[in-house]
Amino acid sequence: MTYKRHVDRLPIPPASARVESVVCHYCIVGCGYKAISWPLDQQGGVLPDQNIFNADLRLQQPSDSPAWFAPSMYNIVRRDGEDRHLVIMPDSDCTVNAGLASTRGARMAENSFSERTGTQRQRLTTPMVRRYGEMSPTSWEEALWLTAEVTRRVIAEQGEDGLIVSAYDHGGAGGGYENNWAIGKLYFESMKVRNIRIHNRPAYNSEVHATRDMGVAELNNCYEDAQLADTILAVGTNALETQTNYFLNHWVPNLRGATLDHKRATLPGEPHAAARVILVDPRRTVTVDACAAAGGSDAVLHLAINSGTDLILLNALMTEVAARGWVDDAFIGQSTSGYAEMLAANRVSIEEAARATGLDPAAIRKAATWLAEPKQGHRRRAMFAYEKGLIWGNDNYRTNAALVNLALATGNIGRPGGGCVRMGGHQEGYVRPSDSHVGRPARYVDELLLSGGGGVHHIWGCDHYKTTLNAGAFRRAYRQRTAMVREAMDDAPTGDREALADAILVAIRSGGLFAVDVDIVPSQIGRDAHVLLPAATAGEMNLTSMNGERRMRITERYMDPPGTARPDCLIVAGLARALGEAWRRAGRADVAAHFAGFDWHSEEDAFMDGYHRHAAGGEFVTYDRLRAMGTNGFQEPATGFEKGRIVGTKRLYADGKFATENGRAKFLPTPWRGLSVPGKAAQQRRYRFLINNGRANAVWQSAYLDQYNAFVSSRVPLAFIELNPDDMAALGVGPGDLVEISNDSGRTQAMAYPCPTARRNQAFMLFGAPAGPQGNLVSAGVNELVIPNYKQCWGDIRKIADAPEVTRRLSFKAPSIGVF
Amino acid sequence: SRGGLSRRESEEAASFYPSRMIGRVADLKVDVPVAFVYPDPGSPAVLLRLGHPVLRGAGPGRDIVAFSTLCPHKGYPLGFCAADRSLVCPGHFSRFDCELGGQQIWGHATQNLAQIKLAVDDEGAISAVSIDELIYGRLHNVLRG
Repeated sequence: MTYKRHVDRLPIPPASARVESVVCHYCIVGCGYKAISWPLDQQGGVLPDQNIFNADLRLQQPSDSPAWFAPSMYNIVRRDGEDRHLVIMPDSDCTVNAGLASTRGARMAENSFSERTGTQRQRLTTPMVRRYGEMSPTSWEEALWLTAEVTRRVIAEQGEDGLIVSAYDHGGAGGGYENNWAIGKLYFESMKVRNIRIHNRPAYNSEVHATRDMGVAELNNCYEDAQLADTILAVGTNALETQTNYFLNHWVPNLRGATLDHKRATLPGEPHAAARVILVDPRRTVTVDACAAAGGSDAVLHLAINSGTDLILLNALMTEVAARGWVDDAFIGQSTSGYAEMLAANRVSIEEAARATGLDPAAIRKAATWLAEPKQGHRRRAMFAYEKGLIWGNDNYRTNAALVNLALATGNIGRPGGGCVRMGGHQEGYVRPSDSHVGRPARYVDELLLSGGGGVHHIWGCDHYKTTLNAGAFRRAYRQRTAMVREAMDDAPTGDREALADAILVAIRSGGLFAVDVDIVPSQIGRDAHVLLPAATAGEMNLTSMNGERRMRITERYMDPPGTARPDCLIVAGLARALGEAWRRAGRADVAAHFAGFDWHSEEDAFMDGYHRHAAGGEFVTYDRLRAMGTNGFQEPATGFEKGRIVGTKRLYADGKFATENGRAKFLPTPWRGLSVPGKAAQQRRYRFLINNGRANAVWQSAYLDQYNAFVSSRVPLAFIELNPDDMAALGVGPGDLVEISNDSGRTQAMAYPCPTARRNQAFMLFGAPAGPQGNLVSAGVNELVIPNYKQCWGDIRKIADAPEVTRRLSFKAPSIGVF
Repeated sequence: SRGGLSRRESEEAASFYPSRMIGRVADLKVDVPVAFVYPDPGSPAVLLRLGHPVLRGAGPGRDIVAFSTLCPHKGYPLGFCAADRSLVCPGHFSRFDCELGGQQIWGHATQNLAQIKLAVDDEGAISAVSIDELIYGRLHNVLRG
């Protein structure tokens, strides 16, 4: 359906409006925005001195205008108890996005909670506890008492392994330095919880273990490097849709040749040209088309590999670059170790790689040339970028290492126009006490939950039902276990708290699970929880995070949280106090003492306790200093405070010293071994379609806010699955029809979307959708470090039903039209 | 001069959309775009005849539509792609479907493209009469002095 707001005029912010810094709380790029707010009974005027923009609004504003905002950037929200006008619009002065807004970030205002305009009314506003069969509003005191008492009793019976925790570890809306520190302090310092897992994966582990083991942190360059590179190698990253304004504001200008002057000024004494880009992706994404549109087809090399064969391609490129003598011998000698062993172990011919990847050998040779052939005697500057295609792909650890091998060997880390970086999903914001007690490999927590382990589950902003693997089986087991506790609570004497806890424990001893869900919205897993605790999000609290170039900023609090919702860090503090009291009631003052140190009254207290005291360079960083640095902030780590500004670090390893004991980056042997997760090869043989999967531009993450956004839900009412039109014809499926996708792990549904560039038998499905989780189809198999392999998934497809009303009148035209 | 507002001034002060003739049915060829401005010269738009009935199409064949050609993302000039009847942004690659009321096929805007409502009289004269979304670059579709 084509949704129209029918808004043809907006209130004008007066010159006196309040302006505060905002960093988009969605993707890792962290675009700068401004929150402009003013009292409900005031309006600005069209004359320059009457509005905040100092612009003549009687006139049409030009393109890229800093004096225009869209209806989605406006709302009426509460602040300090009073309704106010709020505009959240992109900041033209922010170096990250230069005024560009993504289709996600430009809806931050509209996706805010508003009693006045009715947006996001599903937000959780009050603690809820299960009573007499239904969720019932209650006080913070009762909700935390029950959570703490049941948790304490489970620990008393089962030890701390009886407590299972699911928590985010990222920045942006559901995280940030404040909240991650708080969660870490509770579970890793007050307790030593080992059964903990992260966000979108079933264990407590890094998605990029390999690069860290090699001494190369995964965010080591700056966005400017994408403007300076001669060549960008992009592996499994669809940047236009998932890091939109990084791509548009930094990659595209280089492809267009618009950064040539900047290159000449920054890097004199060597030849410069517009960038070339190599994209490794089985799918012709909109990023491929946009690169071609910006740089011309000759500047783009799309290596459409067979799914899961990245590793052998990277090894072949390494072999070829070394054989041609295009490696950086001086850098290898001074700053690395293990090069010769790596090269010997990984040696593979281009022909063999071509057979495995399905590529033309000439294309692989061309890629090696673009990456490393010297330019008139000068080293070619190549930037290496990767994301979920690699991270959630086959043989994650080795493939990650193989890419870093290539970047190190060509001398491209720590230097302008280089870097070997993950592109990222969310922003980052991780400072926690040591997690070394968790161990490596970490425990496969979702399997533990599924098989009856543990007795109490604390969930911080995660929704396994939408974003885990083996999701159908997990959901069914989880419902069964939590239902046992639900039934016990249904007939329990709620007015007698001790008796209620007794009843819950009886159910837990029989295999039941008591679930406490902390979130901003009612999640799917939260429907099966027994306690719901309402959290605040960015902007409803001050929140700090860093982006994909380690750029740290503060989002200032510009509105109140809904109802009695609180910042997560203050929920943690309340829970810690309640746990201390529970242990004291049980006569264990010694254990209660572990829960001291949470006397925070604001998120700033948590920040000072965590980041300021524990982050590298944190001693230079305070809220006031961050506010003064605005949306440009500084790049971590901070190294000083001079002339009123925090001094940061543009690139890591610029001195050739890496994060290993001897300061040398380590090459790793990474020979190719096919599909590494047990059962994947058999699945590939058994089913017709590759069910590739990932994100889409319009929908943020699991649609936890967007499912209630009329603009998005009218365009993407259900998960889509892109199919070659000939495959659709063979299946008897039309655009918008519902199909079932099934395999030996489970089944799910989607609406069919014709995609002329899709290869036969290769489908692409939206990941993490509310009504059709792709994770249902992903087998329980993980790599040796418990990293899931979401990408390599095969299944069969059949029609369920003709297009329902919600998928009619959708445009099913191709997302891009090739080269414009 | 007599102390009151002219009719035009009065309409604009009240944000009335002007009704403005922009073409004739007989002059339109299928898939050949015709540029015009509405509601004032600062706001470029395009008039299209698509040859088959479409959502919110005007005229005897319900096939005549008009849209703002300022991309609602950053205000770049949209170009008509006859191959699939879309309006395409050269700056950031957004696309809008002319056959579905300006629905964003893919892109960065947070609204579907502003469609200009048309009235066609018995003589085949086509007039622009109103707009269903905010046009890029103005906080009131009908600018006020």
